[in-house]
Amino acid sequence: MTRKFRLRPRAEQKVVQFFLYLLTSLAILVLVFILVVILKNGLPQLSLEFLTKNPVHMGKEGGIFSTIVATIYLTFIALLVATPLGVGTAIYLTEYTFEGKITRIIRFGAECLAGIPSIIFGLFGFILFVNKLKFGWSILSGGLTLAFMVLPTIIRTSEEAIKSVPAAYRLVSYSLGSTRWQTVTRVVLPSAAPGIVTGVILSIGRSIGETAAVIFTAGSALHLPSSIFSSARTMSVHFYILAREGISMSKAYGTAAVLVISILLINIVTYYLMGKYIRQSSSE
Amino acid sequence: MNSESKESGEKYRQTGFQSFFQGRPDFHLNCRTVTGILYLAFFLILATFCLMSFSACKSGSKQNEIVIAGSTSIQPFADEWAELFMKKNSKVTINVQGGGSSGGIMAVKEGTAQIGMSSRELKEDEKDLIEITVAYDGLAIIVHPANPVDNLSLEQVRSIFAGEITNWKVLNGNDKAITVVVREEGSGTRGAFQEMVMGSRRITKKAIVEDSNGVVREIVSRDSNSIGFISLGLVDHRVKAIALDGLQPSEEAIIQGHYHLRRPFLFLVREEPQGLIKEFIDFVLSADIQSMLPQEGLIPVKTIATEESFQD
Amino acid sequence: MMSKSKPDDRLIKLSLLMVALTAITVLAVITIFIFEQGLPIMLKYGLKNFLFGQDWYPSEKSFGLLPMIVGSLLVTLGALLIGVPLGLASAIFLTEFSSRRLSRFLKPVIELLAGIPSVVYGFLGLMFLVPFIRENLGGPGLSVLAASIILGIMILPTIISISIDSIRAVPDSYREGSIALGATKWQTVRMVVLPAARSGLVAGIILGMGRAIGETMAVIMVAGNAADLPASWLAPVRTLTSNIALEMAYASGEHRQALFATGVVLFVIIMILNFLANLAARKQSGR
Repeated sequence: MTRKFRLRPRAEQKVVQFFLYLLTSLAILVLVFILVVILKNGLPQLSLEFLTKNPVHMGKEGGIFSTIVATIYLTFIALLVATPLGVGTAIYLTEYTFEGKITRIIRFGAECLAGIPSIIFGLFGFILFVNKLKFGWSILSGGLTLAFMVLPTIIRTSEEAIKSVPAAYRLVSYSLGSTRWQTVTRVVLPSAAPGIVTGVILSIGRSIGETAAVIFTAGSALHLPSSIFSSARTMSVHFYILAREGISMSKAYGTAAVLVISILLINIVTYYLMGKYIRQSSSE
Repeated sequence: MNSESKESGEKYRQTGFQSFFQGRPDFHLNCRTVTGILYLAFFLILATFCLMSFSACKSGSKQNEIVIAGSTSIQPFADEWAELFMKKNSKVTINVQGGGSSGGIMAVKEGTAQIGMSSRELKEDEKDLIEITVAYDGLAIIVHPANPVDNLSLEQVRSIFAGEITNWKVLNGNDKAITVVVREEGSGTRGAFQEMVMGSRRITKKAIVEDSNGVVREIVSRDSNSIGFISLGLVDHRVKAIALDGLQPSEEAIIQGHYHLRRPFLFLVREEPQGLIKEFIDFVLSADIQSMLPQEGLIPVKTIATEESFQD
Repeated sequence: MMSKSKPDDRLIKLSLLMVALTAITVLAVITIFIFEQGLPIMLKYGLKNFLFGQDWYPSEKSFGLLPMIVGSLLVTLGALLIGVPLGLASAIFLTEFSSRRLSRFLKPVIELLAGIPSVVYGFLGLMFLVPFIRENLGGPGLSVLAASIILGIMILPTIISISIDSIRAVPDSYREGSIALGATKWQTVRMVVLPAARSGLVAGIILGMGRAIGETMAVIMVAGNAADLPASWLAPVRTLTSNIALEMAYASGEHRQALFATGVVLFVIIMILNFLANLAARKQSGR
């Protein structure tokens, strides 16, 4: 860095800054464009009727009520299964054992599971739940498949949340004579709750948006599901079929808008929750 | 805490804003509301689950539910039939699934579905199922409505799909490369096309492949240089069906045996249909439904069966 | 703190251990299923024919997966060519060059976009990108290029948010030291910050890569799915994932097994990527 080169780096910085600015604007423009197109074309389609009527003629007419119900059922089952498993795993990893071979194996499993493409989960769910266990194409098969898909997310976020509970809390609890389980359930978990909730909400978002794994396991029947053994079509699958087969572009946009809005809402709620927590903890 | 959290965090996959609280040192507050929300959510989930399993028990042993699965070519029609049937019998639920011909065949064999739909003939090892032909379907070669070409010989069609003719100019069309759109390997529509048009010739590898007739129609309707084949019943104003050796595809042409590209739509059952399943199949074969088929571009079973006997 | 072990505590520990083993068990079951269904046919027709065969005609017992393997890699490469420069540039800009307020506003916005379902990206690709390519660049529009761009945009939020995290994790003292030595901001970023954050950035890129190679629905919608080695960026292409999803519905017998074999190949590629991501992550935490 001799004096001679001083000017050039400044010029270089200007150029680089300009390009960075340009690329960033481009990236953000593209992402915002996607949002705007969906909302602009989709929002006019939305009406109470669209949300509360069942699809007619393969979705060409009517609303998307049955697909909303199916999405909610599927997501509930996925979380009902994945939350205890994920939180349990996180408790075991953080509170009940030391780092060692077993924790490494467990973490390896979760890591790899997180990286497996959804289509492979779809194949797996199809063989295991639909065929071998004879659940058929059903909400149950789809929900269980999704549960394993979101499991790594819940494990990871819960573990983070539990780890961030200060050791002092635990020490106080033990010194008062609590057992380890009491400490976990009464001290650690309540303190870690916001983090765990975040993970769960994230998983809701992922379940709602998933298509490939669901189409293989829950099927695509357009009917209002009558039980967990009914086959059902979620919003994403419905949207995929509407858009791809050109059944109705306006209904496709409408469905997409509902999908995107619900996912954005979920994410914003998470942010809000987290933000509230951070403010409270810092004001104390 | 930051670095510690980073370490463990890095080991896992980070999606989106899960990484959010990595930078936040402590959100460990023992807050009642969120715990409350967590419990509430959990109980809500639990309650719904119970409700659902309850309703599952109540709606009972699926006495009044039929699952139909299989060919995506038949699915739209079966859906209509099911809707009509349910209008007449309000207590009955009929679930119509896609899944493909083979999926349908497997589903029936394994009991996942009570009725399978196949748009291709059964293979030897699948012959243990009972086949019921519910309709016949013509196969139409389609192009974009703006395409000036509207008649091709069978040989020309074969050459186009084999990838030997690659420009519309050769066929007195525009000077544009031909985009060939076909169905995927294993589909009933492709099987029928292979058998009736291609014979032993291979469909070109360069062809765009899509997994339902609706998608093929959609793509052909958007790309003015493309050609594809779909069920005659699905041809609408968005695409143009071309004449084959001077013969416009139509129900009459097929019934009269002039236009040869056709295949059966099959319902498959494991055993002699009974009860509700029989009711539904009879309903589909009834004059009411069969007489509606031509409007939807399908050919009623009876017409062909009788013609066929003295034709082939 | 670990010493208290009453009998029921031990029971709790055991049941938690069982729960904790779910993930690895599921992984094992998935692996076994996919290999059980896919491997026999690969061995029967020869691994070489599967991996290097160029003809995919399952009805004629010809199961060459090379076009799909090349297709997956090509599309992923394309996605990285688009996603990485845009993603890294945005991350650098938002952490080092923009005002704090702007980045505090934009990062959540970008991360919110990470949640948009992939089918939505595919749909917009079909509506806007494919016709644009067909009319302006030629070919059918459904192409390697369309798939690459859609995937590139899809992985953008992932890459941006992980890159921002790893750049922020570089201690400020590094930057202060560099600035104090008279370096410009860009020099500091290039010579100090980026090298320090390198393995985090690499891990982020590999994650994006995994997402791109594993994506199914969005790719099916815009790639055209021709089972042929693409001759150009404008030719249609089929990936491993779309091969499975396209043909599974109608496949039976050996055709079906061959699709599971496709799953095996995909699985192996993903595992290699996972391994690399781990390696990169470990390097960072070991620092």
